[in-house]
Amino acid sequence: MNGFTPGELWFVIIGLALGSFGLRFAFIGFMGGRPMPEWLMRHLRYTAVAIIPALVAPLVVWPSTTGGAPSLPHLAVAALTFVVGYLTRNVLWALLSGVSGFLLLFYLAA
Amino acid sequence: MAFTTTKSAFWKGMRDSAPFLLVSGPFGLLFGVLAGEAGLNVADALAFSLAVFAGSAQFTALQLLQENTPIMIVLISALAVNLRVAMYSASLTPYLGDAPLWQRACAAYLVVDQSYALSVVKFETEPEMTVPQRMAYFFGTNGLVAPGWMIATLTGALVGAQIPASWGLDFVLPLAFLAMIGPMLRTPAHLVACFTAIVVSLPATLMPYNLGLIVAGLAGMMAGAQAELWFERRLAGQADPQQANKQETPS
Repeated sequence: MNGFTPGELWFVIIGLALGSFGLRFAFIGFMGGRPMPEWLMRHLRYTAVAIIPALVAPLVVWPSTTGGAPSLPHLAVAALTFVVGYLTRNVLWALLSGVSGFLLLFYLAA
Repeated sequence: MAFTTTKSAFWKGMRDSAPFLLVSGPFGLLFGVLAGEAGLNVADALAFSLAVFAGSAQFTALQLLQENTPIMIVLISALAVNLRVAMYSASLTPYLGDAPLWQRACAAYLVVDQSYALSVVKFETEPEMTVPQRMAYFFGTNGLVAPGWMIATLTGALVGAQIPASWGLDFVLPLAFLAMIGPMLRTPAHLVACFTAIVVSLPATLMPYNLGLIVAGLAGMMAGAQAELWFERRLAGQADPQQANKQETPS
């Protein structure tokens, strides 16, 4: 009924478990307390603020709920969530605004 | 707040992480629901969360599995999405690297967006914390989030069959990520990194195998690092040059 067999599923689960642990252990485990080079640290400071927006932007511009068609209401709700988070410096207020906007979208779509 | 014991550091971490339950809870639920819809049974879905414990990688794998993607590409893409945890691991290393190996191994499993974000801010603002206190704080940040993720997955998988796909729950995922980004943008260099990554990520989706995410992320990181240097130099130009040369890089 689906595009994968149980064997394939478990291959992915086990592979991901080992791979993810390897990625996480790579530095904490092997580098120990040795100091990291300054240029590397300067780049690493921007990991989260670069990767997460890069992950989110395509999901917002081409939302899967509309089948990938750009949608102004979705963009607006995303912008609202982001701006509230930036201005209030508070994840919860941002999420609350986002979820309220999402419910509005849901209501409008229904 | 200064810590007197490692125990208080653990509890502080746990309290600080409590709001994130509102984020990881819905995420876990969503994963359980979508896993159920993809044909995974409850045990499969829970095993997935327990073994991998990385939301965005789990979602990526689930999505690609359903699209008949070759199995190695599913694996590589999901790991690529998860590459950022290697970078989190690297940036936690100066703070936790002196802890015993078994603690570092346990900590490695628990490196996720929430525990990283909370811990790195804490360690930066309170450099007087000892290594055991830092480790305790780090484990504390997972004291609620990790069990919450498993329970939410389980609940989602159990109730998933009841939720119609027409609800469009998929869009909650980018919203939750967006809510996290805003408060992270503390300096102009953070803004530069964020917007560079966004601008690059859109055309980069044309790249195969999710490689665009890595390319856009790296572009954002390089832009942020360069912006930091630029703002630093400009600041140094305004201040006493001799004083500026001696100053450590602010973060």
